[in-house]
Amino acid sequence: MPQFSPATQRLLRTLLGVAVIYLALILGQPAGLDLVRIVDDIRTTPTNIVQQLIIGLSNGAIIVIIALGYTLVYGIIELVNFAHGEVFMLGAFTALLALSLFTSTTAAGGLTAPLWAALLGFIPAMLVCGLLNAGIERLAYRRLRNSPKLAVLISAIGMSFILQNVGLQLGAFGKLTQVGPQFEFLRVLGSNNAAPKSFPVVLSTENLLGDFIIRVTAADLLVMGTALVLMLALNWFVQNTRLGKAMRATAQNRDAAAMMGINVDQIIALTFLIGGALAGAAGMMFGLYNGTAVFTMGFTAGLRSFTAAVLGGIGNIRGAALGGVLIGLLAAFSDQYLAVRWTNAWVFLILVLVLLFRPTGLLGQESGDKA
Amino acid sequence: MPMLELQDIHAYYGNIHALKGISLTIEKGEIVTLIGANGAGKTTTLRTIQGLIRPRGGSIKLEGEELTKLPAHEVNRRGICQSPEGRLIFPRMSVQENLEMGAFTRTDKDGIARDLERVFSLFPRLKERVRQKGGTLSGGEQQMLAMARAMMGSPRVLLLDEPSMGLAPLLVESIFDTIQALNQQGITILLVEQNARMALGIAHRGYVLQTGEIRLQGDAAKLRDDEEVRKTYLGEG
Repeated sequence: MPQFSPATQRLLRTLLGVAVIYLALILGQPAGLDLVRIVDDIRTTPTNIVQQLIIGLSNGAIIVIIALGYTLVYGIIELVNFAHGEVFMLGAFTALLALSLFTSTTAAGGLTAPLWAALLGFIPAMLVCGLLNAGIERLAYRRLRNSPKLAVLISAIGMSFILQNVGLQLGAFGKLTQVGPQFEFLRVLGSNNAAPKSFPVVLSTENLLGDFIIRVTAADLLVMGTALVLMLALNWFVQNTRLGKAMRATAQNRDAAAMMGINVDQIIALTFLIGGALAGAAGMMFGLYNGTAVFTMGFTAGLRSFTAAVLGGIGNIRGAALGGVLIGLLAAFSDQYLAVRWTNAWVFLILVLVLLFRPTGLLGQESGDKA
Repeated sequence: MPMLELQDIHAYYGNIHALKGISLTIEKGEIVTLIGANGAGKTTTLRTIQGLIRPRGGSIKLEGEELTKLPAHEVNRRGICQSPEGRLIFPRMSVQENLEMGAFTRTDKDGIARDLERVFSLFPRLKERVRQKGGTLSGGEQQMLAMARAMMGSPRVLLLDEPSMGLAPLLVESIFDTIQALNQQGITILLVEQNARMALGIAHRGYVLQTGEIRLQGDAAKLRDDEEVRKTYLGEG
């Protein structure tokens, strides 16, 4: 950084401010910052606000569950597990394959699966992703534990590329349906590797509120309910069980935890297992709510969830819950009132702003951390 | 057979040869003190015994049982508990939870309850703050908590790293009284201190560490009278 005189600094800051406002005006219009349209929308259909609140909470619920995986892992080894979004993506694929075993064709030609299959499907999705995430830690992170943090980060990014390609190649199994009827269940994968896969319809899309203008579907309730149950279960586990306490101790001071007789390697593996299982559950939730899975979905979900974790205060479980809900709402309102294609940019902007001005996030870590 | 025995221990921090062949023994029921200047290797010795640093040579034995290659949590399970340098208490856990973590590997509920009563009677201050988060305690209280937490592991050997560090003189006296009281209850103690006068006052034997090597050793009373110790570590004459 070159040293400028205070006067030059003031000038530069003013110029920067003008440039930002100018850019906002130019970019604002295509980015959907169209005040006339926004006011008009709110005036003609004010119920949209409530509708987006519900959609935002449902999407937020999924983001929360993914964000918990980021925050748990960061809390214990201070690593941003860049492969986590891809674990979620593979969770959605696992959920889809689990559902495919119970999928049947309706009279109208669509695919459908029973609700019990979806609920049971959480088990393989969580199991596969939990073991996958713990496996990633064992394979790609553990030996780098005492290396510079950058080395682990690069390893995580590499892992995410590998997993994304696994997701892409999984699609190829759809071609097995041509081999024989025993592979018929793989038709959910379609014939194009890269194309989005459709989930069978599990929940009725009818409005639980009847003809009311605001829609609440069974999927909304299922997603929010599942997220709530998972959050309460995680909180109970971390606060009250022996292993949960060992997790907290390891996160607060790894050396001290080892001195207490805690097998730190085991606890770190457990943390990855739990984070992965949550990502798997989120994969099923996403499939049930949005009806699709595609091999690139891990990136967007990862960006939003990571931002949620940072916004709430990375390493903080309650922070991840708060941040997830906020990002879900932000995305929903941006989709409705700004522009869908800019939503990710807004999320990214939030990430940058939080990192710049409040890196500890909204809830942060309490003081006395490193005492 | 000595309680704890180090033979020719060599340890490194990166390329720095921090311990250059340390040998020491601690008999059951003793207080042994390790004194020396900053950077002499006192904390490194304790971390090596605990298994947080793996020695490149030599052996560590607890009542004849080899500890040398064991990871820290295994060393703890064999009965070596430490109140470490910098205290390293769990800041976002309550005093109660910190003490529970000290007894993490134990399953004898009655024994744990008894030990909890014991540390509360030694440190009544901790009992008053039992619900308070560790990170909000004062330095002296954190020191008490670190010692109490180590005692909750029901140690065969208690390692104390600079328990007087940063404490008011009155508090230092009371901490040393407590160490002596613990020893009288039968706990074997290895005490690392910069406050050589106080340490030699309560220890049975002592070792003087200088740049990773044992420079002097012997009865605490003899070391107190030693010309060199008095000059260098006790600030006399």
